[in-house]
Amino acid sequence: MELWQEVTVAAFLVVAGIFGFVGSFGLIKLPDPMTRLHAPTKATTLGVGGVLIASMLYFLFAQGQFSFHELMITLFLFLTAPITAHFIAKANLHTNVNRDRVSATGTDRPWAGFESDEARRLHEEQGASGK
Amino acid sequence: MILSSALIFATACFTLALLMNLWRVVKAPGVPDRILALDTMVINFIAILVLYGIIEGTAVYFEASILIAMVGFISTVAYARFMLRGNIIE
Repeated sequence: MELWQEVTVAAFLVVAGIFGFVGSFGLIKLPDPMTRLHAPTKATTLGVGGVLIASMLYFLFAQGQFSFHELMITLFLFLTAPITAHFIAKANLHTNVNRDRVSATGTDRPWAGFESDEARRLHEEQGASGK
Repeated sequence: MILSSALIFATACFTLALLMNLWRVVKAPGVPDRILALDTMVINFIAILVLYGIIEGTAVYFEASILIAMVGFISTVAYARFMLRGNIIE
């Protein structure tokens, strides 16, 4: 490998390592659950993306063949990271936040995280009045 | 020379990140935080596997990292859904 190729791969690796470290450090350091959700789902995903780009460039430079595996992993991670973040945020809203503090939805229905509670309550009330 | 030290640096960073995630799994203030730490552990482990593939110079580990990515995503969604609805498949 020539020097500029090594420097390019090394730069991607260093940036990726810093992002991965910062993401996991934020998970420990940030004050409340919603901000803690922010650090790993963005920074760590970016760190893994950097490692995968570095790996793609390394195999392109060292062995002269372009590999698509990394692109598949990157695509999969970048598609699933927002979905997991959304699910964890909903779980957090459901368990840790009082439902009176959540802003109104503007419709008859509650927020989706509270909908099962609401449906169960209505069902129990109807069952009690039916008897 | 440059590349090998960068590889060592990146591996050290992700290893420290994994250790911090493990600490978070053990001492988390709530269950959603624990799920989040497990999800981050999966992502960091994928990075370490890919780095090990670069160090060894083989492409064998990519299949393993794709599998781990899929299993990690499914398990995180299942955990979060269980917390949300008390049930995974309704």
